[in-house]
Amino acid sequence: MENKLIVSSSPHIKSPESIKSVMSDVLVALFPAVLAAVIFFGLPALITILVCTLAAMLTEAIILRNKNIFGDGSAAVTGVILALTLPPNPPWWLCVVGSVAAITIGKHVFGGIGNNIFNPALVGRALLLVSWAGHMTNWLTPVELTATATPLASSSHPGFFNLFVGAVPGSLGETSALALLLGAAWLFYKGHISWRIPCTFLAAVFVMGSLLDGGFSLSQGLFHVLAGGVMLGAFFMATDMVTSPVTPRGQLIFGLGCGVMTMLVRLYGAYPEGVTFAILLMNALVPLIDNMTLPRKYGEVAK
Amino acid sequence: MSLKTFKGGVHPGYHKSATEQKPVVPAKPPAVAIIPLSQHIGAPCEPLVAVGDEVKMGQKIGDSKGFVSAPVHASVSGKVTKIAKCNSALGRPVDAVFIENDYQDTWHESVQPHPDWENLTADELKKIVREAGIVGMGGATFPTHVKLSPPADQKIDYVLVNGAECEPYLTADHRAMLERPEDIVCGLKLAMKIVAAPKGFIAIEDNKPDAIEALQKAVAGEENIEVAVLHTKYPQGAEKQLIKVLTGREVPSGGLPAAVGCLVQNAGTCIAIANAVRKGLPLIERIVTITGSGIKEPQNMLVRVGTPVAEVVEQCGGFTANLRKVIIGGPMMGLAQPGVADLPVTKGTSGILCLTDKEVTIDEIHPCIRCGKCVDVCPVSIMPLFIGSSVEQGLYDRAEKYNALDCIECGCCSYICPAKRPLTQWIRMAKGEIAAKKAAAK
Ligand code: SF4
Ligand code: SF4
Repeated sequence: MENKLIVSSSPHIKSPESIKSVMSDVLVALFPAVLAAVIFFGLPALITILVCTLAAMLTEAIILRNKNIFGDGSAAVTGVILALTLPPNPPWWLCVVGSVAAITIGKHVFGGIGNNIFNPALVGRALLLVSWAGHMTNWLTPVELTATATPLASSSHPGFFNLFVGAVPGSLGETSALALLLGAAWLFYKGHISWRIPCTFLAAVFVMGSLLDGGFSLSQGLFHVLAGGVMLGAFFMATDMVTSPVTPRGQLIFGLGCGVMTMLVRLYGAYPEGVTFAILLMNALVPLIDNMTLPRKYGEVAK
Repeated sequence: MSLKTFKGGVHPGYHKSATEQKPVVPAKPPAVAIIPLSQHIGAPCEPLVAVGDEVKMGQKIGDSKGFVSAPVHASVSGKVTKIAKCNSALGRPVDAVFIENDYQDTWHESVQPHPDWENLTADELKKIVREAGIVGMGGATFPTHVKLSPPADQKIDYVLVNGAECEPYLTADHRAMLERPEDIVCGLKLAMKIVAAPKGFIAIEDNKPDAIEALQKAVAGEENIEVAVLHTKYPQGAEKQLIKVLTGREVPSGGLPAAVGCLVQNAGTCIAIANAVRKGLPLIERIVTITGSGIKEPQNMLVRVGTPVAEVVEQCGGFTANLRKVIIGGPMMGLAQPGVADLPVTKGTSGILCLTDKEVTIDEIHPCIRCGKCVDVCPVSIMPLFIGSSVEQGLYDRAEKYNALDCIECGCCSYICPAKRPLTQWIRMAKGEIAAKKAAAK
């Protein structure tokens, strides 16, 4: 019996959590937003999400020569998030190109999971945005599905209730703040995200929106929080574990930076929306931020 | 009373229910007691007996001239059959005195109660503690008389009794607090007297309400002793964390608790002090929790030092068929054993934990996904993920920059990591490398 004993270094028990379980939790958290997208935009939305997710998972499985297409679940997360940043009815090849780019250029070029500097889904989206700007801004009015502009690029205000539940034009997952908050609450409950990044992100957007978009107006601040990709970005993209800081203070700085950059693009930039580039830019600063914000260790003696 | 806690930490499954309601039962004395000459941190003892000698229970059979050391005593009466190597929980063989038990339990004449114990001076008390071979019984096994001798310029304000027993599975301290609260309070008062500390704390996690009650009763009327109820979280009982929680003070990096006027004693150690001072008993037995799903009848037992682990296991019904791991200590910081042959229970054996293939998993190591959970749980606020990746790349200097030396090896980071990275093991490696380099530079 004794030669079967395993000798290993402590600790001898491990939490049941694994990368796969964490990614599965993120997928569960994305479900309300997926559901909202399908409710508001119908079958095309469902197809877009499925195509993106499948393409992402397949790409990863091929790169890793993995027989199990779900793998650790991280590719599926990238696929769903990418889909949620797309307009409701993109051509199928756009979905495929975006997903393949996200997984290859966004992730495996850097060495695969954990090694990528930029949020893979956003790399995919950025590529599509600069290559096929027209397709990427082909907004539809939800439910009726007629062509229209996103509230950020239009002059008429859709009303806060509509903005909150998501009955406004926009990308698939950008529309319903309610669905995103539900999902975020789940991630928060599971301990996978902390309040630091989303709250500082939203706070920066709110403050700058209130002060700088045509004079002082709190409702304009609220509008900037609820409209466009801020909620999706703050809760699901800026909080991406791999590409955000691990130190508590670093997370505050990172969230703040994302919010400020988003508003600088929105207010003074060439694009109506700045979430994608804001987060990508902050991603690049993460190693720097982490090293500048190392926590004070227990018993640190002032030098 | 508000619940006190520290920063970081984890909530593993506690698995204490198998033994926490079971009173401590005496284990059978061993047929041959194997008394290692080194059961503590510090200089090993030299044997004071020779093969063929008759020894009596409580007789000092090994001692050392080194200050940081503690003598060892015979836990049975009988005949010394050999002085040879035995196994130790640390994995390296140590010298031991093997005593064939005559089952007479004849006490040695040196074991005499001190009827005037209340009038002894601090130095006399300290000498008794040393002569009794008392060491930290939570597992660290640091000689207690050394702890009780802080540098002259460091005044001790608080003596803290660690009754947190935050390691999952273990219930030895819990039972000790329930069954012998007076002894613990007495041991604490003696420690306070030795170091002239004005205030004492007894810290217990809130998952042991019965122990809290027992000790509150025992300290009734003691104005300078307080029972502190702590939130149940691992590693609540880590020395530095306990000090911060109870006194708000932080032991400086690389320093000892005495630097901030604190002294921490394990609950079992307090009982040993009380026994030594009042009854003249050397440390020859201790409470051990034998538990885990790999043992048939989990129990808390009062075991003589030197009893082979195999004999104790037998008295608990033996191992189950699917046993995969035997750990001396708890699951977070204990030491896995390649086997139990020639392995005796020592002064530092708080538990014998037997895990089966249900709990023991062999996990593939994945790349770090930078989830930050290891940073969140680290009670000393260092960066396990960066130290881990530095060690992976052999960059020990970088590991040192990320404060590897401050790691208390609590295991929280490895426990929580979803990528199953053996962070604690890597950090331990880094500490070894850094220490070796420093030694070479000298
Ligand atoms: S817990 Fe593991 S995966 Fe998460 S940051 Fe730490 S080392 Fe990386
Ligand atoms: S780095 Fe050390 S002190 Fe921090 S959690 Fe890991 S084992 Fe514990």
